[in-house]
Amino acid sequence: MTTQKHDFSAALQIEELAPSARLSLRVRPQHRAQLARALGLDLPVRIGDRTAADGREALCLGPDEWLILAPEASALTAAAAAIYATAPHSLTEISDREITLRLSGASVLDLLATGCPRDIAALAEGRGCRTVFDSATVTIWRDGPTAFRMDVWRSFLPHVRNLMALAEAELAAGL
Amino acid sequence: MLLIHCPYCEETLPELEFAYAGEAHIARPADPSALSDEEWRDFLFIRTNARGPHFERWRHIHGCAQFFNAVRDTVSDRFLMTYKAGAPRPDLSPKEDAE
Ligand SMILES: [Zn+2]
Repeated sequence: MTTQKHDFSAALQIEELAPSARLSLRVRPQHRAQLARALGLDLPVRIGDRTAADGREALCLGPDEWLILAPEASALTAAAAAIYATAPHSLTEISDREITLRLSGASVLDLLATGCPRDIAALAEGRGCRTVFDSATVTIWRDGPTAFRMDVWRSFLPHVRNLMALAEAELAAGL
Repeated sequence: MLLIHCPYCEETLPELEFAYAGEAHIARPADPSALSDEEWRDFLFIRTNARGPHFERWRHIHGCAQFFNAVRDTVSDRFLMTYKAGAPRPDLSPKEDAE
């Protein structure tokens, strides 16, 4: 679903992306490298850093927590399960938990500022963070100067979309 | 709004991303059934109620999700420092001597 196209659509675009596989990985630091090898994906240690390889992406959310995106989950879960005995971890598929929005356009930082108390402009391109939009926990990926993805828990999506629609109208009206 | 430094994210971020989680450095008794009712009451309910620097737990709930500890002055509401969970209670002795 995309928002209705108005004449201000160039300044701000809000689209829902097609579903992709999403996994939550929890692993202690001493087993991180082993998991990274099994998944074929470097797992960055700095919170907010991202890596990508072969259509897979990893975002470090916490000292022992990563969010992983992939075209499909089964190859990753099988590879991780194979080393479970020597590298205990939790790898849980959470694909249906969230809907991902793509937010882009010249006004996108203003849109995010209406809901996020954190200074999103200070988030470097190519990094990400888990934060809060109004009262909903969201994960934000900065893909470019005015290009973001935002993962929103599906039950909070109507609330977030309603707030965004209001902010979009206010921005379009020059408020 | 208060700005709080998360020792895991190594960023100073708005209070709205965080949740308060009570006084810090209160260890659960290793053998609860060996305690008297008074000792158990003290563990559950009796807190410092400090006027001045207070050692307290916070959680970066809309962020890295980690618990950590902070020293906040309850008079000025200023955060004096934050540090990782499990780290020893920092020595603030010049301030404690003044009590
Ligand atoms: Zn944090």
